[in-house]
Amino acid sequence: MRLKLVRDNTSIDFFAKARIWLGISLLMMVVALGSFLIQGLNYGIDFQGGTSIRTQSEVVVDVAAYREALVPLELGDVSITEVFDPSFEADQNVAMVRIQAQAGEESVTNETITAVQDALRGVSPNITFPSVESVGPKVSGELIQTAFIAVALAVVAILLYIWMRFEWQFAVGAVLALTHDVALTIGIFSELQIKFDLAIIAALLTIVGYSINDTVIVFDRVRENLRKYKKLPLKDVLNKSINETLSRTLMTSVTTMLALLALFILGGDVIRGFVFAMMWGVLIGTYSSIFVASAALLVLGVKRDWSKPDSTAGNQFSNVDA
Amino acid sequence: MLNISPIKQAMIWLTVAVGLFLAMPNGFYNKVEAHNDAVAMGVDDTSWPSFLPSGLVNLGLDLRGGAHLLAEVQVTDVYTTVMNGLWPQVRDVLAAERNTIGFVTREDGPEDTLRVRISNPEAGDQAVSLVRGLAQPVASLVGAGQNNIDVSRDGAILTISLSAAEKQAVDDRTMAQSLEIIRRRIDEAGTREPTIQRQGSERILVQVPGVGSAQEVKDLIGKTALLTFQSVVNRTGDPDASPGAGNQLVPSIDEPGTYFILERSPVVTGENLVDAQPAFDQNGRPAVNFRFNASGGRKFGDYTADNIGLPFAIVLDNEVISAPTIQSHISGGSGIITGRFTVEETTSLAILLRAGSLPAELTFLEERTVGPELGQDSIDAGKVACLVAGLLVLLYMALSYGLFGVFANIALIINVGLLFGLLSMIGATLTLPGIAGIVLTIGMAVDANVIVFERIREELRTAKGPARAIELGYEKALSSIIDANITTFITATILFVMGSGPVRGFAITLGLGIITSVFTAIFVTRVLIVMWFARKRPKTIEV
Repeated sequence: MRLKLVRDNTSIDFFAKARIWLGISLLMMVVALGSFLIQGLNYGIDFQGGTSIRTQSEVVVDVAAYREALVPLELGDVSITEVFDPSFEADQNVAMVRIQAQAGEESVTNETITAVQDALRGVSPNITFPSVESVGPKVSGELIQTAFIAVALAVVAILLYIWMRFEWQFAVGAVLALTHDVALTIGIFSELQIKFDLAIIAALLTIVGYSINDTVIVFDRVRENLRKYKKLPLKDVLNKSINETLSRTLMTSVTTMLALLALFILGGDVIRGFVFAMMWGVLIGTYSSIFVASAALLVLGVKRDWSKPDSTAGNQFSNVDA
Repeated sequence: MLNISPIKQAMIWLTVAVGLFLAMPNGFYNKVEAHNDAVAMGVDDTSWPSFLPSGLVNLGLDLRGGAHLLAEVQVTDVYTTVMNGLWPQVRDVLAAERNTIGFVTREDGPEDTLRVRISNPEAGDQAVSLVRGLAQPVASLVGAGQNNIDVSRDGAILTISLSAAEKQAVDDRTMAQSLEIIRRRIDEAGTREPTIQRQGSERILVQVPGVGSAQEVKDLIGKTALLTFQSVVNRTGDPDASPGAGNQLVPSIDEPGTYFILERSPVVTGENLVDAQPAFDQNGRPAVNFRFNASGGRKFGDYTADNIGLPFAIVLDNEVISAPTIQSHISGGSGIITGRFTVEETTSLAILLRAGSLPAELTFLEERTVGPELGQDSIDAGKVACLVAGLLVLLYMALSYGLFGVFANIALIINVGLLFGLLSMIGATLTLPGIAGIVLTIGMAVDANVIVFERIREELRTAKGPARAIELGYEKALSSIIDANITTFITATILFVMGSGPVRGFAITLGLGIITSVFTAIFVTRVLIVMWFARKRPKTIEV
């Protein structure tokens, strides 16, 4: 007996409610964009500059007392958040203290850090500082620039690759799906105000990779079926291809999700945001390869006759099967 | 039909064996690390057999704990130093033609230019050509054929500045020197495996594992032990005294409230030092012995011969350590620095002098410290997460694909082993996001197998017999597998190139994970299936 997520020979019509799905996607993207424009991202110090100090003590964190102790230092915007994690010991009380970049300084000076540490020791004598990170405004500006370039480069490189291996319609579909995924991921980070730092950019690129992986599997089958069923309407070919690959799509999503879930629960608080981004990415990446990429393909249409080489469309690589 | 040539099979198993062999030391991490440390120190250590590989996956700072600093070298500082060094030459060459040019004085101006006033502007063209005569070709490959200084004149004022090619050459020298000095200072402190790299044109990345705070590293490298020997013009008790053109006011360490007016251009600088050792003077007080190189020794010798009976100042970091009177001509290029030092102070002063001074100031743009406990917590959490993730995926695969799932599982375990083997072989650094990359690889590695198995299921439905179905399954799935993994690999590559630190660690594990998972899915699982099939010859199979 086998565990099966999907029955054999499914024939779900994925495009019956195509408008509804596209509508939902569009709505979510608008919400994401709105959230990004209105409240923006909760940038970590990587992108905004400043200092973040992780504190650990045996006594319970008293955020108000911490804040009060730091007031006389006049550091401007200071945020203090208590961190909870199932892996912590009973007497392990952790908080994150975040200080804005100080005017006219490339990196927070040691005096500032020492002053903050001394002030916190006054509140809780046994406090330790497992990590201290400072990023100057100059570097954070560059990091954010590099991050955007990296994501853009990845999308362009994938566009080119898909175009080379398939047809331009496929490339456009894939890139629409990617944009959708990236936009929604940024959107959820903005909406939930989860810290957005350098690691999230790595997660974002992984999502791009994962989503394109899914999309390519579907497209590969579409290409194969286009050759096989020359008379079938495009919509039916797409539906057939998605149905045929559905089992694999869900199977891989589930295994990846299982692994990520383990990391999310057990991997500690330091990378939780990173793992969350990837879990969200797997979810919408799976969704978008069916409902965005394929739907875009349906709208754009494709060259049907794959048996005759067409010198004006595609190129020398489009018929190469590895 | 369904078979793989014995040679090919042997090659596949050999690759797996080599990979796992290379990964093996990581299973004995502490033991091998201790052994490697001992060997690096030159100790003949036998705790780990030498015929076994000893390459380990390096742990990043976020896992091991340590300090990470990004410093920007203020390269323009050096232009000032170069200009100050040029002034005596300019003065001498112009003074030789005093009859036509008249008196020469240095004017205040921008730090990186030399502004010189001559009292006979009519002879300005002659002065310009004299100064141009001092120009030398730039000593660099890109600047070959160009002169190191630009000279222009506006009335009675000559402006001398560094040419663009010379600035480039000076920048490169400054960076090389800074890197070398930082390396030496950190090495003197004895921390292990520090990373000191140039980044971009003006930046230096310093990573020191096992250090408690970034400040310790800054203290170690940030000390600009700038040592100069300068002529004393006068001494005064007035901190606001006007030193006059070409001079500077420097406080004394020994006598608070005393200030020296010194000529700005030093006679000799610390750059000419070849050695410095802690010592004691004839009265038994701690002192530092030093020795100049040939050119420094000659300059110092000439200067002392010409100025017997006059005081000169030994200046460290813009403070006068001592201002002895020159008793006699000091030849041979060695001397002694005395002052109110303790033994510790002379020892550290000697180290600083020996390591040389940083040619330019450093600005720290980024600094991160991670405590070793936090790193250990992350490793522990990562281990548990990897195990649980692995078990969940193994169980799920076995439930979904039965025996074939077990084959995929064996391949998955080999895959993780190979990944560690590759990481150890190239000496990659594992970071916290890197661990996430491994977990992600565990989840995604089965993807290629899933694609194949699903395809075999489909082919079985069209009833061509099990052997043919397996073969077709692999054949038809290959294109999808390749396309899907190349796209992911593209993103991993971009992350590696554009990312830094932890993100780069993630890119490495993700990229290598793709390679090993494709290899294990296409070859290892297949060999397992082929071997099983050849032995059992089943009439029907269930995938």
